[in-house]
Parts: sequence; structure tokens; C-alpha cells
Amino acid sequence: MVQKGIVKPGYSRVLDLKKGCIEMAHGSGGRAMAQLIQQLFVTAFDNEFLRQMNDQACFPSSSGRMVMSTDCHVVTPLFFPGGDIGSLAVHGTINDIAMAGAKPCYLAAGFILEEGFPLADLKRIVDSMAQAARAAQVPIITGDTKVVEKGSGDGVFITTTGVGMVPEGIHISAENARPGDKILVSGTLGDHGVAVMAQRENLSFETSIESDTAALHELVAHMIAATPGIHVLRDPTRGGIAAALNEIAQQSSVGMMIHESSLPIQEQVQAACEFLGLDPLYIANEGKLIAICPAQDAENLLRAMRAHPLGKNAAIIGEIIEDSHCFVQMQTGFGGTRVVDWLSGEQLPRIC
Amino acid sequence: MKYIDEFRAGGLARQIAAKIASEADPLRHYHFMEFCGGHTHAISRFGIVDLLPANVHMIHGPGCPVCVLPIGRVQNAIQLAQIPGLILCSYGDMLRIPASNGMSLLKAKAQGADVRMVYSSADALKIAQENPQRPVVFFAIGFETTTPPTAIAIQQAQALGLKNFTVFCNHVLTPSAISHILQSPEVRTFGLVPLDGFIGPAHVSVVIGSQPYEYFAEEFQKPVVIAGFEPLDVMQAILMLIQQINTGRAKVENEFTRAVLPAGNIKAQALVAEVFELRRTFEWRGLGWVPYSALKIKSRYAAFDAEQRFSIPALSIADNKACECGAILRGVKRPQDCKIFGTVCTPENPVGSCMVSAEGACAAHYRYGRFRERNNAVIKEN
Repeated sequence: MVQKGIVKPGYSRVLDLKKGCIEMAHGSGGRAMAQLIQQLFVTAFDNEFLRQMNDQACFPSSSGRMVMSTDCHVVTPLFFPGGDIGSLAVHGTINDIAMAGAKPCYLAAGFILEEGFPLADLKRIVDSMAQAARAAQVPIITGDTKVVEKGSGDGVFITTTGVGMVPEGIHISAENARPGDKILVSGTLGDHGVAVMAQRENLSFETSIESDTAALHELVAHMIAATPGIHVLRDPTRGGIAAALNEIAQQSSVGMMIHESSLPIQEQVQAACEFLGLDPLYIANEGKLIAICPAQDAENLLRAMRAHPLGKNAAIIGEIIEDSHCFVQMQTGFGGTRVVDWLSGEQLPRIC
Repeated sequence: MKYIDEFRAGGLARQIAAKIASEADPLRHYHFMEFCGGHTHAISRFGIVDLLPANVHMIHGPGCPVCVLPIGRVQNAIQLAQIPGLILCSYGDMLRIPASNGMSLLKAKAQGADVRMVYSSADALKIAQENPQRPVVFFAIGFETTTPPTAIAIQQAQALGLKNFTVFCNHVLTPSAISHILQSPEVRTFGLVPLDGFIGPAHVSVVIGSQPYEYFAEEFQKPVVIAGFEPLDVMQAILMLIQQINTGRAKVENEFTRAVLPAGNIKAQALVAEVFELRRTFEWRGLGWVPYSALKIKSRYAAFDAEQRFSIPALSIADNKACECGAILRGVKRPQDCKIFGTVCTPENPVGSCMVSAEGACAAHYRYGRFRERNNAVIKEN
């Protein structure tokens, strides 16, 4: 029996995860912060590295090339069909690591929380992150939390950083595209952006489209096993496939010709884009990748992609051509040709 | 996608292209102006030029509401937005239009002005209802298509007794602009702009009908074919124009029969007539002062007229000297004829309004068509 007035060693008051909300004290470095970290983050993300409870996580490494990437997430709304800011934050960094052909090993997560943010929502987000990290088998091993005054943030912003190992003999980089190479995509385009948009208050339209947010590293491992000679991988997030293709064209000093009729686009996404005057080529994806490989490997790579659940709608959409102006061109389904330019300005803010 | 794919079918496009090629007289040239920015956009986006014979030329017209609004009116909107506490609601394209001193609504927003992008006048009305203590101004722009929704917003604001909602009215009229172009010395006297016919507006004609164009066909002997905004509509309209010219006709024909009636939408017209009246004159970018070419809010709805509520001054601000938007809007020059196209003036840093709106001739050409001039040294890469 615990004596009155004497606190049990190691006891901390239970967070009110139903009705409580973030207070400035949760970022002050005091007991409230320790309580938040222990009861929410450590409990959800639990792993041997996090349990060290140091300001840094110590982990073993093997020799070879490593990659590191960081990604900030400011999506609004925080919850959308098919995902939320938590799963998005995990997948985003894993995918950036995977686009080097690397195996993602560890993640770090930073949270900027706004005073007044409901703890119930934070728990939902943290649980979603934990689930995404576990499913991907990439543990979140260290992190940080800061709290800003009400009005100085928008609920929660999450930054994730990841490290990964590049397998021996794999050299994937956006500067490797060569004339004659084929361009593939792993599935339907624009799903994430349209799913998020449909949830926006000022864009009320009904659709059953879900975000495609997903970790792509297993698909990538599967693709590399089938075609080790992949030249380029990139996940077309903000700015959509148009931005990603233009970046690659610039980095590799090549041109591209894509074929509109080969682009996999869901009918609902196409309809929403028509309705809002948007172009699906510029809409964000969070679970799709672009692959560029030598022409002779393309069919083999396509088969491998289609054999994986995340690549079942994969398609060859075009080829690399020589062009000192680095234009990405498209043969329209109508029979003409046009430029697929960089996105100019902001098509839709706060999408990821 | 149903109702869209039918109008974008490549097979049908090739059939119409073959018919155009066989009917176009190789001994002459055909110059057609597509009045609307919607058509300009479709022509560029679907690469329609690739499907036309070399002697069929498309001239981009002034039918981009964002492009024709003079800098003075944009400056007025920026000044409104800078009034402390005021919320300015605007369609997205207007936000990036550069006014004086490189200022734009977007920059004003970054400096603290409360500028909201809306998709409709109803959104602006809702913002006014949600913020009863703050003045809310709807920056209304557009041709006949967007005028009826503005009229409804004003009537609803009156019905709701909203005291904080006003409209900065910049609605303009298509027929006045077309007649201004046809009467311009460049077309009528000097023949600098060869013009054999018009592709008539799609959505505008849904509201005003096909009858208002009959005057142009008759008086100026120029055929007009009203066409939808889908690429097959445009191809079909080009074919119909060629056929009229080859047979010496100058009539108003309606390709967009699925939406346009000869008399238009009577209900919408009545609504507009109830709330708006003609301005004696209005400044257009590129066209200058055009008599009876725009609308203002009738005195009985003066309580909802931002020009009266905020005593908005008449500002006339000259375009940047190097910018050819004016000549491009009149069809005298093409985007690629402008010295600063693609160099100083890009969609990221637009100098002229034609580079801002997706419907603007320069933006459409930069975005979709500039690879055609890739051998010209003037095209600068990103």
C-alpha cells in the first residue's frame, strides 16, 4: 500500500489523452514534457534504441555507402482519406531513402506542436506513425518535441530524417538518364493530392479517392533484384510527375517524350482535375515512383513492378531523348505535341 | 471519362484533320482568331497546331479576363487589400498579376494583407457571413460567364442584410471587345492583322447566345463559329470556318449546340440586367478605352458596390514598356515576337498579364508550345 503523500518511485500522472491538449509546459523541458515523451512517444514507437533514452540514439553500422534524407510535413488537413500526417511523415522519408536504391534503416522524428492541440489527435498521429514504421520495419530511434504558442503553428508539423544503406553495386541517381532509356511509373497519378484537396473546407466535392501514401522501399528492393541496372528512381511528390521529370531532365541534361495515352490516371482523379482546372501531371503522389532504365530492361522491370502490390498499375510512359534544351514533351492523346513544363507558382499549397 | 473522352478522341481528331487538309485551299492562307482564353489553352494543351496544315493560322484573341484587366484596376484591388481589417476575395489567377512597383495581391498577402483565394462568388459571400465585423470585398472579374454568379451574390447579400459585403466590379463584355478589334485600324485600315473569321466563345455564348455575333458576321463579313472548349470542338470549328470561307459565306454557326441556344440563357441575362448596367467606357489592357464594354453595379444596389463604399480612385497605369501584352491581346503580335518572352518574363516572374493566367497567350505558349522555337536563341531555360 502506498502511503498518503508519498509518490511512488517512477510514477507520473497519466496524460489525459481523451480531453487534454498541448500546453506550453509540454515543451518546457520539465516534468510535463518528460511525461508526454514517455507516455506518448516512447510507448508508441518503442524499440531498443529509443529505450536508451539519451539525447541521441546509438546504433551499429556496417561498412559501405549510406544515404541520409530529411523531409518536413505541413499537410492540411492533418487527417485525410487513406492516411494522415503521421503515416505521411514516415513514408515520405523512407521513400526519399529508397529512391537511391537504399535500404532504409532508422528514422528520427521532430515535432512542432501548437499550444492547444488536442492530445487525442496527437495520439492518433503518433500511433499512425508507429504503425507505419513498424509495417515498414524501420524504427523511429530518436526525436524531439517543441511547443509553440497558439497561433504560431497549425496543430502539428513533423520532420522526419532517415538513414539507409546502399547495396553493393547499385548506383541510382537522377543524373543517370540516357537517351534511349525508358520511363516507367509504378501506378496511378495524382491520388494523394486529390484526396487531400477533397477534404479542404473551401473545395467541397465528394470523391472516394484515397491518398496513395505508402512506403516504397520493398517495391524498390524487388525492382533492383529484377533489374540492378536501373538508372534513375524518384518519387513524384510535390509538383507531381511533371516536376520530377523536369528535375531529372535537367540533372541528366536530356529531353523526354512521354505519351499521354500511357499515363495511368484514375477516372475520379481525372474528373476532379477537370472540375477544378488542374492537371493531374502536377498533382502530388506519396506512394508512387518514376523509374528510368535502359530500353532492353524495361519489359523485365515492368513485369517485376506489376508483380508487387504497390506496382500493379505500373506502366511504361515514355522515353529519354536527346535535347540540349532539356524539354519534357508529351504526345497528347489527341495527336499533338506539347511541353510538360515545371509547375509555375503554387498549384495547391500544404499538400504534404 | 464520360463526356470528356468523347471530345478528345485522337482517332476522330485525325479524321477531322484529314478533312481540314483536304478542304483548305493550298493557294491561300486562313487566319482565325480564337477569342477566348479557354480556346487558346485547349489549342496549346492538346497540340492542335500539329494537326493543322501550314496555311491555317490561329491568332490568340483578348478573351482572357485576367489578361485584359488594366494595371490600374489591379492596383485598386491591392490598395483595398491593404486596408487594415479588410478581407479581399479573389479568383486565384488574379493574385499573381504584377501591378506597380512589382507589387501583386500575392505579395500584399505575404506582407500581411488578408487576401483569400475563392472558387466562386458564393465562397466570398460565406466569408462575409463568417466575419460580420470585417469588411469583405469580392474582386469580381470576368466576361459574361462569371457575371450572373456575381449578380446572385449581390442579391443574396441584400436578402441576408449583409452590411460588410461589397463587390469590386470589373465584369466586361465580349461583343464590345470583338467589335473594337474589328474596327481597329490594324484590322480595318492597315490590314496588319489578317483576320478571316472567329472561333466564338463557348461558355460566354451559353449565357448570351449566338445572336449577338450576327452583327459581326453581317457588318464585317467575318464568319463566326461558336465552339466548345474541348479540342474536337476547336477542330470542328476550324473546319466549319474553312468551309464558310471557301463557299463565300459569313454566317454565325454554332458548333457548341450541346450548350448554346440562339437566345442564350434568358434567366441569367435577366439577373445581370437587374443588378448591373453599362459603363460608358472601360479601360482594357491592350485595347485601351472601349466604350460600353463593361458593367457597373446599379445604384439600387449601391450598398454593395465597393467602388462607392471605398471611393476607389480611377488609376491609369501604363504597361511596362518592354511588354507586348497589348499587341498580343489585339492579335498584332505573337508571344514569341515579344523581346522579353521567356527571358525577363516567365510564369515565375511575369511582367505582363498574358504570362500569368493559364488562359493567357504567353503562358499557354510558354507552358505548352515553346519547344517549337527551340532553335531560337531567345528561349531561355529555367
